[in-house]
Amino acid sequence: MGISETYDRGRNVVVDQPLGVIAGVVGVLLIVDLATKLMDGSLSVLSLAIFLKQGLILGLVLGLAGVGLSMTYSILGFANFAHGDYISAGAFAGWAITYVIGGFGTLPIGDLFLVGVSGEADAGSVGVSVVSAPVAILVGFVVAVGFAALLTLGIDRLVYKPMRDQEGISLLIASIGVALALRYLLAFVFGTSSSGLTSGNIPSVTVPGIGISLNAHELTLAIGAVALMVGVHLLLQYTKLGTAMRAMADNRDLARVTGIPTERVVRATWVIGGGLAGAAGYLIVLWRGTIAFDFGWVLLLLIFAAVILGGIGSVYGAMFGGLTIGVASTVSLIWVPSEFSTAAAFVVMIFVLVLKPSGLFSGVTTA
Amino acid sequence: MSTADSLSERLGNSDVGLILGVVGGLYLLFIIFGVILGLDIGGIASTLQRLTFLAAVYALLALALNLQWGYAGLFNIGVAGFMAVGAYTMAMLTAPVDPGVGGIPGLGLPLWAGVIGGMVAAALVGGITALPALRLRADYLAIVTLALSEIIRLLYNSTTFQSFSIGGRELGTGGASGIPGPINPVRDLYYTDPASPQPPPTAFGEAMFGFFGGFGIDGPIVVDWTYTLVLVVFVGLFYFLLTRVGNSPFGRVLKAIREDEIVASSLGKNTRWFKIKVFMLGCALMGLAGILWQGSQALITPALFLPIVTFYVFIALMVGGSGSNTGSVVGGALFAGLLFLGPTFVGRIVDSSFTLGNAPSTFTDAIAALGSLDVTPLIAYALDSISTLRFVLLGVVLIILMQRRPEGLLGHRKEPAAAVDLSRRSVSDDSTEAARADGGVSDASDAAGDERGEDE
Repeated sequence: MGISETYDRGRNVVVDQPLGVIAGVVGVLLIVDLATKLMDGSLSVLSLAIFLKQGLILGLVLGLAGVGLSMTYSILGFANFAHGDYISAGAFAGWAITYVIGGFGTLPIGDLFLVGVSGEADAGSVGVSVVSAPVAILVGFVVAVGFAALLTLGIDRLVYKPMRDQEGISLLIASIGVALALRYLLAFVFGTSSSGLTSGNIPSVTVPGIGISLNAHELTLAIGAVALMVGVHLLLQYTKLGTAMRAMADNRDLARVTGIPTERVVRATWVIGGGLAGAAGYLIVLWRGTIAFDFGWVLLLLIFAAVILGGIGSVYGAMFGGLTIGVASTVSLIWVPSEFSTAAAFVVMIFVLVLKPSGLFSGVTTA
Repeated sequence: MSTADSLSERLGNSDVGLILGVVGGLYLLFIIFGVILGLDIGGIASTLQRLTFLAAVYALLALALNLQWGYAGLFNIGVAGFMAVGAYTMAMLTAPVDPGVGGIPGLGLPLWAGVIGGMVAAALVGGITALPALRLRADYLAIVTLALSEIIRLLYNSTTFQSFSIGGRELGTGGASGIPGPINPVRDLYYTDPASPQPPPTAFGEAMFGFFGGFGIDGPIVVDWTYTLVLVVFVGLFYFLLTRVGNSPFGRVLKAIREDEIVASSLGKNTRWFKIKVFMLGCALMGLAGILWQGSQALITPALFLPIVTFYVFIALMVGGSGSNTGSVVGGALFAGLLFLGPTFVGRIVDSSFTLGNAPSTFTDAIAALGSLDVTPLIAYALDSISTLRFVLLGVVLIILMQRRPEGLLGHRKEPAAAVDLSRRSVSDDSTEAARADGGVSDASDAAGDERGEDE
């Protein structure tokens, strides 16, 4: 009896979710293949560890940026395609200030402000790092957060507020317009080339046992991202604002009837989401050492992947989704050439969307 | 009956009139631009050719997207990906089997087979996407299609598929450096040996070049114009096809799905199957548009299919108004003229009519001059980067459209889902209306006026 029941259930799963079964089989095969590769030595533990490390770091920033996207998605009810460009804008503002402080006196301020994308400054002449110019980095980080928060507030006031009662799709299209305008304003001010920013001379520590090394910028990013995520968690869980946000994400009309000042909550959401986007942008540039006007836009789809994987509206889901997508895009390098790592992450996202559109943490909204 | 027929005919004519009016207005504008810039006849002819070409391709794409979004409410922002599938499949099917040194081998099929193959491939990719993805919410579908178009572009961009072999046949995408498109059949009309760099003209080509040469229009412009006119014919075919689809029983189901999917499915329509079919048809048309546009270039590269192309098409559709075929064509023309080409021409005119001096190389240099109340460096810098500012303009236009006029210029004429206009019933019942139409002239024209008022 037990056997026939199990068989029936199994058959139902195969019939209802053919794609899910395929995804599961592929997943198992990949794990088996990974194990054999490790056993027969064609893949060393060290290189797997490096893939994992890169993936986790990418995942942390994706999660950090994703928290903001997830919050605005659930509270305002639309997919904000301009979020990637909030990331770029925050990063540019922060790094411009970092360069002006870090390179003060060496070059005209105008050149420093353009962070080497155009103008005379470059990584060789200014080249800051956490160790050589900690104050400049810290001030730049704060500016990145503040600027991105103010920018999102301003854009909300100009663009989204007059459209508050329109459908999600109209807002989505408007956000594509915001993304275009913002991205090319950055290109107008800073130029369209990509440039190196940080000095290559940074200390690193080696983790004993595996032999993997972590440099100061990777550590800064990891600590900063984790600290910010814990902060968001505390904010949502233990403050009145957090409760109000969760209530709004749940049911906006009910929240308003209960006396929650919805407009103020929306503004707070933008400030937090924009600030986190700016922080993520600044940290990504610190980690990668390069900046370009469209780097946020390029990351946007990965961030969407993270948010959807975790379940829209769930902050922990966004963090978890970020880590998964980050690891998936680097570990996929074991099987596919590096030019497909982004494509692999997108494929993971499409599978998640199709199999479990509500995400892995569905039902848990903004908590 | 006959009055209704003549009415619909007049309405049809007024739509064509509207499109011709818009295009005529744009032509006039660009002729004025050309005269101000001091272009000769050949230069103006070439400008108008470029305008018509862009207007036609954006109209084609907007029409195809309108089928998916305006009729069925499917939010596809992967247009560029489906165009890429169409153009690349066509190029790979028609590339010579033995291309010589450094060339990219293909299957060597004739062009018509390549075009059909490209459309079928685009439709199949669309179908594979649609099968699972159409169950999703509109915003998820948007993200999936955008991701899909990027996956497609990355695949064509990769070195892995630069050249590969299937079943002993050598094939290739050319990677990031692209694959050469087939020789445009229009060139066969004009040149005896279209492949050579300095081809001798055919008798027809000789006559045409001689005739237009008398006006100062060079041979290449004549050839480009001919191909552009072929595109215009295709716009007409797309328009005709989509209008027929829209008015067929199939189209009525689509509109019903757009209005309320649950109602449509509770009336016994398999809405999922309808959505898949319309998605595939739209993708096939996008593939064809990709073939006609990028496929006609000398080199088809992955960089031609960036997501921005999709957003261009969207803006064109939004300007015209989704749900209206005429709006799609008008939107394509207005987008190409006013938003795409217009800013560069205005920039060139300002540049040539004022002496602004050398533009500063960086933004901060331009701003620094503001300290001494000198605006010219900033203006010169802005003109220098007018192609960047054009994107800002596009973004702002999109925002304003969504805020002020989300239905677009002609979107208020959205065709109703019902075959007959249900709102008209309340005015009078059918028998008296017919009687009135047969009766006095003033009444008939009133009724016609009412109907036109509602339809337009």
